[in-house]
Amino acid sequence: MPKPFTPQVVTANDLFDGDVVYLTAAHGWSREHGDAAVAGNEEAATALLAAATEQPGKIVGPYLADSAIGADGRPAPAHYREAIRTLGPSNRTDLGKQAEGAA
Amino acid sequence: MYRYDEFDAQFVRERVKQFRAQVDRRINGSLTEDEFKPLRLQNGLYLQLHAYMLRVAIPYGTLNGKQMRQLAVIAEKWDKGYGHFTTRQNIQYNWPKLPDVADILDALADVEMHAIQTSGNCIRNVTADHFAGAAADEIEDPRPTAELLRQWSTAHPEFAFLPRKFKIAVTGSPNDRAVTKAHDIGLRMIRDASGAPGYEVIVGGGMGRTPMVGKVIREFLPKADLLPYLEAIMRVYNLYGRRDNKYKARIKILVHEESLQEVRARVEEEFAAMDGPAVAADPAEVARIESYFAAPKLDSRPVREAALAAARSTDPDFDAWMAVNLAEHHDASHAIVTISLKPIGGAPGDASAEQMRLVADLAERYSHDEIRVSHEQNLVLPHVRRDDLPAIYAALAKADLATANSGLISDIIACPGLDYCALATARSIPVAQDISRRFASPALQRKIGELKIKISGCINACGHHHVGHIGILGLDKAGKENYQITLGGDATETAAIGERAGRGLDAEEVGPAMERLVAAYLDLRETQDETFLEAYRRIGQAPFKSALYPEARDAA
Repeated sequence: MPKPFTPQVVTANDLFDGDVVYLTAAHGWSREHGDAAVAGNEEAATALLAAATEQPGKIVGPYLADSAIGADGRPAPAHYREAIRTLGPSNRTDLGKQAEGAA
Repeated sequence: MYRYDEFDAQFVRERVKQFRAQVDRRINGSLTEDEFKPLRLQNGLYLQLHAYMLRVAIPYGTLNGKQMRQLAVIAEKWDKGYGHFTTRQNIQYNWPKLPDVADILDALADVEMHAIQTSGNCIRNVTADHFAGAAADEIEDPRPTAELLRQWSTAHPEFAFLPRKFKIAVTGSPNDRAVTKAHDIGLRMIRDASGAPGYEVIVGGGMGRTPMVGKVIREFLPKADLLPYLEAIMRVYNLYGRRDNKYKARIKILVHEESLQEVRARVEEEFAAMDGPAVAADPAEVARIESYFAAPKLDSRPVREAALAAARSTDPDFDAWMAVNLAEHHDASHAIVTISLKPIGGAPGDASAEQMRLVADLAERYSHDEIRVSHEQNLVLPHVRRDDLPAIYAALAKADLATANSGLISDIIACPGLDYCALATARSIPVAQDISRRFASPALQRKIGELKIKISGCINACGHHHVGHIGILGLDKAGKENYQITLGGDATETAAIGERAGRGLDAEEVGPAMERLVAAYLDLRETQDETFLEAYRRIGQAPFKSALYPEARDAA
């Protein structure tokens, strides 16, 4: 049996300040993971990544990251690396997204 | 201190101007990221997890007060008020914005600094003993050698596209504080039978996924032959070093696969065929460089020892700091002061702008305007008159810079790990914080004695875990942070790669495991003076392993 597809989102860093960003359904960029468009299958994931790759003037290094669904029903990071990217350095909670209340 | 000549200054300004135009072209879409990435990396600009990161070169870890003050200005004006001193004796800023980077580089150029050779497959910033020019055990100051190598290697057209990055370290002392045996080339200053200084040349050391202790390729190299001989090594590496696999591209792999004898034969052949005098440094230029590193004029009058002893007897914290954070200076009236960037529970190597300014002030007032950055992520005031130690201690203590732990268990090296680094597989900083809190007691630390814990958040080993007495390597094990423990590593002239002790530990297991390990060591040591490493070498891994993994012991 094929392995079930893990839902994915497209994430990257903003070209200007390097902040972590997520591709939305409208193919814009949000700084919140919860706003990310979720691909439920491989075809949709490929299409999302293609939409991101077409915007090199705004972002750097887009890639697909596994996503879970958070308690609020919105997409949330599945892996600890992506969780740290939604927050900022864990030893400095005064810095990064966690300090801006965006997490 | 070395001072830029007209060529240096113009070269650095030109590079900033070029980079400013490159950033403009990236932003206006003329350059793709694929085109821009090698250009930004050549200027020290990385992209990390949360932001860009700018790595600024501090050649051989030497700074003056004005430069340190400028680093503080950059931290406040363009970053978030702090910087991170690294195991490469550099400083990293974690939050610069792309449109600001050329301005930051201009601000660095104002104080004769830059971010060149901090990335890419070139000869990187040359590192040296952080006690250079001050240590009592020194044969010669290694910094004129390091500066000569900097000038030779900067923008050297033949070595701009090496198979992989290339790191050179220099020590002028028999006690190796520059980890020369874990660099692509290590240079140890020694004397020949006639007493003339020269170098023992070590090649093929390194850490990363294939750790190797460097091997002696030339037992004695006269000083005058330095550049021709190193050029011969670089040429052999450039020709024969592997380019098919980046994980096998360092010179250590060439030496390992081809054998030291084979590499030595090719180097000697290249060296013999070379027009040595054309490559060798002009003696006048060598003399010019050396003149910049002339020893400061020290006030060698006797120290008021009674006053110092009285200060120690009335303040136990000062007494502990004196016992732990000073190193022997070649002048008996002076001391080398290690300023710990490892407060209990802090992030190793981080310093705030205010702390940088204080260190700059103290250096100007008390240390002949000299500061050093150590690969152990501390700062050093190299030339302090012993009479001034109470005043320096008092100033440092107010700024949380007087932790008395140099060389002790809480003086932990830790890379930025997954809290910042895009390559990391696990966090390093919280592990260091947890361990340092568990061993916070100054009395306990002193009882344990010299013990070097080094932590890396991935296999690339920026945190030098392979040469830690206790090494900790953070990995991703099925989506969970997991830490491998190695024991018995050594970064000094008796270099050794640590041996893996057993299964990896979950993050919350690491601290308790360290407590068991240290308790076992205290039980096992023959005398109070036998260090952890000495005890390990005497007894072997077994009893330490059963302390780390009680379940294995209980099952047996």
